[in-house]
Amino acid sequence: MACFIVPGTEAIVVTAAVAVLKAKESKAAQLNTGKNVESKLSSAVQKLTWLAGLLWGGVILLAFEHLWHGEVVPFPPFLTAMADPAETAEMLHEMMTVGVTMAVLVTLVWAAGVAVSHVIMSRKTSETAEDNA
Amino acid sequence: MTLLVSVFSAIIFTVLWYKDAPKGKMLYIVPCFLFWGASIMWFVDAIFEYIELGAEEYFSPAPADMLNDLFLGLSVTALGLIIWLAALIIKDPEGKVKTSISKRKKKK
Repeated sequence: MACFIVPGTEAIVVTAAVAVLKAKESKAAQLNTGKNVESKLSSAVQKLTWLAGLLWGGVILLAFEHLWHGEVVPFPPFLTAMADPAETAEMLHEMMTVGVTMAVLVTLVWAAGVAVSHVIMSRKTSETAEDNA
Repeated sequence: MTLLVSVFSAIIFTVLWYKDAPKGKMLYIVPCFLFWGASIMWFVDAIFEYIELGAEEYFSPAPADMLNDLFLGLSVTALGLIIWLAALIIKDPEGKVKTSISKRKKKK
């Protein structure tokens, strides 16, 4: 009914966090705080951008699906379930169950991806160190 | 069916992204995010539907429903491709759009 609103809210928060970190990154570059701080910030920005990408991607295509099924309309109240109190309650229940699970699963998949990328990067670093030795 | 179409689109674009990496000139990462994000979310939807309907009803949908879901899956893929194309033209990673526009201006 409107389950995509929950990951959509997470997408907005993550995008805002990316914007804040980017501002901090450019400030750190201006102040010359050291490459370590800059690289940590840039890595965090890159990883959070992946999460934002996954969330926005899913939300856009799911919003289209809801439009297809007539659950979302381009005029107020935008969500057809809002017109009837019984349907509104059902919609809220769906958001709390399906929507929250969607947001959690996307975040878990992203966390797994970040962990895999960390393992690959550390393996490459150790291989380079071995080659240099 | 919509989930299946989305998962196949995601897999195809991930393979293309891998072939194009690390240059990333074709911005395959955009459809990867779109289709993987949607696939994960539809997967959750499918789990809840499976719990509600049970195995027998879930895995034997009516032909009309399957056709509608396939139509939706293809439409979603078309939308994803349009978004990717728009991102490619706007970002113009290789400067091809810019070059062709400036060439036209020079000809005039």
